[in-house]
Amino acid sequence: MERKTKVNAEEGKHDIHISREFDLPVDLLFKAHVDPEIFEQWMSHEYGTTKVLKLECKNHGGWQFQTVDAQGNVLFQANGVIHEFVQDQKITRTFEMNNTPFAVQLEFLEFVKLGDDTSKLNMQIVFKTVELRDQLLKQPFAMGLNMAHNRLQEVVGKLK
Amino acid sequence: MNLRRDVFQAIADPTRRAILLLVATQSMTAGAIAANFDTARPTVSKHLQILTECELLEQEQNGREIYYHLNPQKMKEIADFIEPFRKLWDDRFNKLENIMKKYKK
Repeated sequence: MERKTKVNAEEGKHDIHISREFDLPVDLLFKAHVDPEIFEQWMSHEYGTTKVLKLECKNHGGWQFQTVDAQGNVLFQANGVIHEFVQDQKITRTFEMNNTPFAVQLEFLEFVKLGDDTSKLNMQIVFKTVELRDQLLKQPFAMGLNMAHNRLQEVVGKLK
Repeated sequence: MNLRRDVFQAIADPTRRAILLLVATQSMTAGAIAANFDTARPTVSKHLQILTECELLEQEQNGREIYYHLNPQKMKEIADFIEPFRKLWDDRFNKLENIMKKYKK
């Protein structure tokens, strides 16, 4: 399968660039980021359901969302402010995970029209330090290990 | 239940990590691998099966014996720690794309 999403993290720098082309008109790509119900759908996964608590799509608006597991435990909560909001073009926002030692990060989202039916999202995430960026980059890797382990335990538990 | 096998599941287990270290330097038969562990032979076989299913190990028939050796390509996938981060976003964006296609006129 083709790798559609590109991630570029240069050694020694404290930012990450993520880009992706979509078979969607730019307004629909944008809508997926500002419509709470749609955002909840694509940000949910098999381990948890994402709920938007606040999403004020305007300059100086605030946002907040949380992910809960099947038992209702909050797995993850994040919040931030929207610094700049330009319809169908860009969102500049801060991102902070609640109850973690990680410093706030700055995110630039750029929505680009490629054709009538195609578009591109460019995301730049800026971290406070290089170390913090590398730590965050490695998180899904560590999570993958944990989840795999949990799933194994779950399955083994059923065999008992 | 059919578990989806992936490399991360494979390396989540300490015995399997030990097996990977063992065969990193040379091809070995299941018997030779099992001799290094206190665990029962069928348990080791199960670990070998999982490692083979997610392509971390490859089997090679040599006469009557089956030898196991490391698949360096797959090991590289683990070494590349950015890949899970990329995959996380790729999964999200695939989902986004599928959902939004329904809104297309």
